[in-house]
Amino acid sequence: MRITEHPILDFARGKKIKFTYNGQELEGFEGETIAAALHANGVRTMRESIHLHRPRGLFCNIGNCSSCLMIVNGKPNVRVCVEKLQEGMIVMTQKGKGELKC
Amino acid sequence: MLACEICVIGGGPAGLTAALHAASLGASAVIIDRNDYLGGQLIKQTHRFFGSKEQKASERGISISRELSLAVEKEKNIKVLTAATALGYYKDGVVTVEKDERFLKIKPQKIIVATGGAEKTLPFPNNDLPGVYGAGAVQTLVNVYGVKPGRRVLMVGAGNIGVIVSYQLLQAGMEVAGIVEAAPRIGAYWVHAAKVVRAGVPIYTRHTIKGAWGKKEVEGATIVELDEQWKPIPGTEKDFAVDVICLSVGLNPLTEILWQAGCAMKYVPELSGYVPLRNEYLETSVPGIYVAGDAGGIEEASAAMMEGALAGLNAARALGYSAPDFNSRRANILRELESLRSGPVGEKIRKGLEKVTLTERREMRSGLSNLSLLTSNF
Amino acid sequence: MLAENGVPTGEDLAQVLPAPERLAQGPVAIAECFQKIPCDPCYHSCLRRAIAPFADINERPRIDHEKCNGCGLCVNRCPGLAIFVVDQTYSDSEALVKLPYEFLPLPKPGDVVTAINRLGQAVGKARVVKVQSGKQMDGTNIVWLAVPQDLSMEVRHFKMEEVR
Repeated sequence: MRITEHPILDFARGKKIKFTYNGQELEGFEGETIAAALHANGVRTMRESIHLHRPRGLFCNIGNCSSCLMIVNGKPNVRVCVEKLQEGMIVMTQKGKGELKC
Repeated sequence: MLACEICVIGGGPAGLTAALHAASLGASAVIIDRNDYLGGQLIKQTHRFFGSKEQKASERGISISRELSLAVEKEKNIKVLTAATALGYYKDGVVTVEKDERFLKIKPQKIIVATGGAEKTLPFPNNDLPGVYGAGAVQTLVNVYGVKPGRRVLMVGAGNIGVIVSYQLLQAGMEVAGIVEAAPRIGAYWVHAAKVVRAGVPIYTRHTIKGAWGKKEVEGATIVELDEQWKPIPGTEKDFAVDVICLSVGLNPLTEILWQAGCAMKYVPELSGYVPLRNEYLETSVPGIYVAGDAGGIEEASAAMMEGALAGLNAARALGYSAPDFNSRRANILRELESLRSGPVGEKIRKGLEKVTLTERREMRSGLSNLSLLTSNF
Repeated sequence: MLAENGVPTGEDLAQVLPAPERLAQGPVAIAECFQKIPCDPCYHSCLRRAIAPFADINERPRIDHEKCNGCGLCVNRCPGLAIFVVDQTYSDSEALVKLPYEFLPLPKPGDVVTAINRLGQAVGKARVVKVQSGKQMDGTNIVWLAVPQDLSMEVRHFKMEEVR
């Protein structure tokens, strides 16, 4: 959910860009993080925990806690709370520890 | 390898002020920050700050952030590396940094560690469900990106952050179902508490969160009243249908670099965790490494700016820079800090600082054996 | 009690309310600031020097109600949004309460709003008389509410009426 009017702030949003989340095409803005764009689209679950397979979302939002790791453009363990959204990004829910493919 | 006079790690209120003050004496500084912007957590502080003129009181954190960043950009003696994460400190005095997936080495003569703090979590059933956030995390989503993570919030913790963020969520058009606080008293400044209460948000002191519920994401939370021994009172549970739970249960100083550098560290509850010993000019037990702001103990941003100023002046002075009014400037900053901390709300900080501020370096060294301290050997 | 629920008691308020004789003379500022915290912008904001100098930044504000003319500059500058102006001379039946307001939408003069007390409870209706907004207010707008005389020391917030 995006805020359109705010008593103190003006949100100067960048260019509208497209990305995919688990194959579904979504829209976000240039300059925002992947996590912010996902939240704006109502997506709050980022990965599955390694052992108990429980859903995990964003917690610290400053790149510190590892709760929000996702697979971005095939690369696992990306902290989506600090990684900026880019046109055409392929964002996927991460299950397990993630694998590096060469 | 980049050689420099002063390396400031962290570009928040403490780091920016440190670099500006060091540069004002003629020293050159490099600021490293892992974000791609300067200002640290100031960039989401939409409220007017407390303090006095020297700490830009009554200005909003977001404007202070803009002012400081602008001043830094104008200062020829300051070089800024954003989107750059300090990775480590090595015995030969080299700081390593990752920027744009490249490995950089910096060899500074002095280091000011202004890395700030990170939010704590709290154990309760289902605290790992999506929808449970640090209060600062939601503050960033809402105030920086203009994105609401849900409709209705339960805030856990009635310290300044919990109460201020609750107010800011109301401003963003979210509902706040209530604020729970395990302690018998509200920790936030009462004026902040009063303004959320009149806006319709009840504060439940002596209450804690018993658990969150929801299948895949947060759908609600149960709170419970606590007795004098902080034990839950059965039968006092209340349910709230909320889709967001914010935790504002304190911060931890971010001290990895200080540990790695071998600074003498001490656990001080009043300062919210392990913090380095320092002298009154904020130099740690490792000569040439200074600490400023939340990394040295969790406090308000106004104090962080004053500490940054102090560390910046002292680091520059140690390199041989000075100014005719150096002594009076430094004395002024020390006075400002003392007055910020002198009231009843500064009591905890005063107690904490007493445990880690040593007047002589010798005392700091001997302190290593006398006090129960920890240092790392790498 | 403030420390427990964020609501000042009658005793708290008694320390800061102007004398009835002063209230009968016109608008005056009331600083509902009950805790020693390091904060002094109200002092610096007052052009009439009606707020006593702070010997220590942790002092609570002391307003000389005789010097204060209720201009409201301090209402805008207080980081705690804790200062209000009350004018009991507005009319025989109504008093004016000027309060800081940082929410959207902003009301317009003539709007009827729900008057809210310090506990967050609706206590009646209020009529918006004036809205001081604009760039120089930097987001802390001041809304002038006409409220029944007997609510002038109760009403400290308002909610917009639901639009049907």
